[in-house]
Amino acid sequence: MIQFEQVSKVYPGGQKALTDVNFHLKRGEMAFLTGHSGAGKSSLLKLITVIERANAGRVSINGHNIAKLSRKDVPFLRRDIGMIFQNYHLLMEKSVFDNVALPLVIEGFSHGEIKKRVLAALDMVGLYGKERHHPIMLSGGEQQRVGIARAIVNKPPLLLADEPTGNLDPKLSMDILRLFETFNDSGTTVLIATHDLGLIARMKYRILTLKQGRVLGGEELTSAPASPLTV
Amino acid sequence: MSKKPQLTRSKLPISGRIVMFFIRHLQHAMGSMGELWRNPVSSIMTMAVLGVSLSLPAALQVLVKNAETITQSWNSAAEISLFVDDARSERTIQSLITRIKVYPEVSEVSYINREQALEEFQSLSGFGEALSYLDTNPLPAVVTVTPSLRYSSPTGARELLKKLELEPEVSFGRLDIEWLERLQAVVKLLERTVLAIAALLVLAVVLVIGNTIRLAIMSRRSEIEVMKLVGATEAFIQRPFLYTGIWYGIIGGILAWIIINLLVWYLDSALAELLGLYGSQLQMQSLSLVELGQLVGLASFLGWLGSYLSVRHHLRAIEPS
Repeated sequence: MIQFEQVSKVYPGGQKALTDVNFHLKRGEMAFLTGHSGAGKSSLLKLITVIERANAGRVSINGHNIAKLSRKDVPFLRRDIGMIFQNYHLLMEKSVFDNVALPLVIEGFSHGEIKKRVLAALDMVGLYGKERHHPIMLSGGEQQRVGIARAIVNKPPLLLADEPTGNLDPKLSMDILRLFETFNDSGTTVLIATHDLGLIARMKYRILTLKQGRVLGGEELTSAPASPLTV
Repeated sequence: MSKKPQLTRSKLPISGRIVMFFIRHLQHAMGSMGELWRNPVSSIMTMAVLGVSLSLPAALQVLVKNAETITQSWNSAAEISLFVDDARSERTIQSLITRIKVYPEVSEVSYINREQALEEFQSLSGFGEALSYLDTNPLPAVVTVTPSLRYSSPTGARELLKKLELEPEVSFGRLDIEWLERLQAVVKLLERTVLAIAALLVLAVVLVIGNTIRLAIMSRRSEIEVMKLVGATEAFIQRPFLYTGIWYGIIGGILAWIIINLLVWYLDSALAELLGLYGSQLQMQSLSLVELGQLVGLASFLGWLGSYLSVRHHLRAIEPS
């Protein structure tokens, strides 16, 4: 689903973000991406979502070589990726329903279909009945779940989450991770960037650790969905 | 990992896509109208600026149009006076008149013989007494020719004059159209001025709309970033802004039309008085319905153009980070 081959990213200022990164996340797999702040987590996610492009190496997402993707094709690739952000990125002046409906509106679904899918997505994240609320009226955990509902509403094959639990307490964080597990159970590939090692240590998923722009534990663990950090 | 050469553009069937294309356009058009309602103060200010900017070239257009009608009505008043050789007898003059009458360029011919000319001169000039001291009548006979409509323009009338002067009985002819030519030159200058001012104001309209749309884009920056992140194409994101520009244009155009009508209504009585002094029955004309359509059409095009230029430039600059 996600394949990095000797990928390097250097920002215009000369700052090296990623160096020779290799890893392969298979279809249907769920994995965590960890590392200190500045280790390159955000850069890696930006390469996957084509916010940035690599200087060297090959990135392919869902079978598409990113280097060959034209500017016009980028939106269509992003439709296959559900993205979840630490600060939610919700539209504050729009209702919960409109927020979640956005990807479907962009794809041009009919009104009836949008309603059906949005309510189903909200039900899945436990926010059924709050579709008329505005994000500002919701708690942090609820806002994050609105963001998740928006990410899954068009059933993308790949889910990316950037510090999804960064602003939540441990109990809520666990709920959110359980939610990701259910999506993974239904076949969605999930990659979660987090520095909350305590939270993921108890889970049985593969962990990619970034250190100074390099991935540790990328290649050798592709076969077994077990982590050396499993307690 | 399966290799797919092409990205799926849409998950919908073609028929559904076509229907949704129109529905989305309608939604965006209505949605951007709604946006304007939600910020009435700034929208009204922008529309007022556009209305005033557009009303000036439109007012000049009205002015030119009316000036043209007036000069046209004066055009047909062009007359050619032919002075006949003194030696010619009354009979030759009559045959000259019959010949001129069949000219296709001529609509009317009238004749003032030497005695009539003298009488007229005596009664009108005030030199009546002095003239009676003369032995002979110094005035020539005059044939007055009114050209047909096609030959009433200065160039046409001049051509006709040349032709008439070739008649052997005519010693010389006069065409008093210098003032008409001057007037036409003034009207021409006026038209040019209108064009130049209109071009400048059109540019102003494009810039005003461009700037308004730029501000709208900036205030929705985070929304645009989110839309780009969840896979919106640039066409999708820019569409509401383009419709906003078109709405600004349409409403600005209608405002300009209202301003023009108020202006014409305000000037009409004063102008009627002035024209009345010249014995003219002309009525001041406002913009016709066709011209209203042209004005609004042009304004909406300018609105689209202004927002398109702005959107092209500023939407690209906004990328999620």
